[in-house]
Amino acid sequence: MPDLGKYAVEVLSAYGVSIALLIVIVLLSAARAARVGRQLAEAEERADG
Amino acid sequence: MSLWEFANPRRFMAFTDRWMPVALVLSAICLVVGLIWGFFFTPDDFRQGSTVKIIYLHVPSAMMAINAWVMMLVASLIWLIRRHHVSALAARAAAPVGVTFTLIALFTGAIWGQPMWGTWWAWEPRLTSFLILFLFYLGYVALWEAIEDPDTAADLTSILCLVGSVFALLSRYAVNFWNQGLHQGATLSLDAEENISDVFYFPLLVCIAGFILLFVGLVFMRTRTEIRARRLHALELRERMRDA
Repeated sequence: MPDLGKYAVEVLSAYGVSIALLIVIVLLSAARAARVGRQLAEAEERADG
Repeated sequence: MSLWEFANPRRFMAFTDRWMPVALVLSAICLVVGLIWGFFFTPDDFRQGSTVKIIYLHVPSAMMAINAWVMMLVASLIWLIRRHHVSALAARAAAPVGVTFTLIALFTGAIWGQPMWGTWWAWEPRLTSFLILFLFYLGYVALWEAIEDPDTAADLTSILCLVGSVFALLSRYAVNFWNQGLHQGATLSLDAEENISDVFYFPLLVCIAGFILLFVGLVFMRTRTEIRARRLHALELRERMRDA
């Protein structure tokens, strides 16, 4: 861990919040993709059946 | 290969099926390498101390917040002129990613500004136009959600995107022609005298590549979802009509 001196709180919170936001947008996008994909597969199955 | 081929949803799905995972994996590699390099293996700045490490998040996110809007502008113009549905859906897909990048840029800017400028926020040209861009992003997302008919929603959000582009450009160029702000000029420059030191420059380039690839990967993923959601909506409508 580098010595961040008196700005440790600022630097660590910038990294923490930014990385958290990036993870949230990736997870939300992936979750919606999976949900819509599943619903579409079910709808296509009903349409074919 | 022509850009217009991707107006065909099947072509778009086939292309992104192959390249979306590549973009996402490369973005993860670039972000991990760039952020670890920048955080652990670069020195403090002689004036800014360790806060210079915020540059690896702030600059790429601010750059991509503006460029995401520019991409939405191009896609919106394609929709308005040529009525290709995939372009309208790509613009819609990009907006939440742009919101995230704008939020990161605003947050890291405030947290960097406090120790350096002595204030979290100043109503100066670049910061203010960036905040307005963020509000435009929120309005754009809300407008898509508020209108049921997808073509009407695409029309109105495209117009909103054209108007918001003024603030996207302002937030990029405000520092060049309004010399009254706190925010410094461009971090990256082709002029070696003005560009930042190489020790910060190279990890920053890796982080920028990571943010660009993440944006591309996420827009591919989200546009694929929008195309599928549209197909799902059509199937559900057909079911309802059949049952009625």
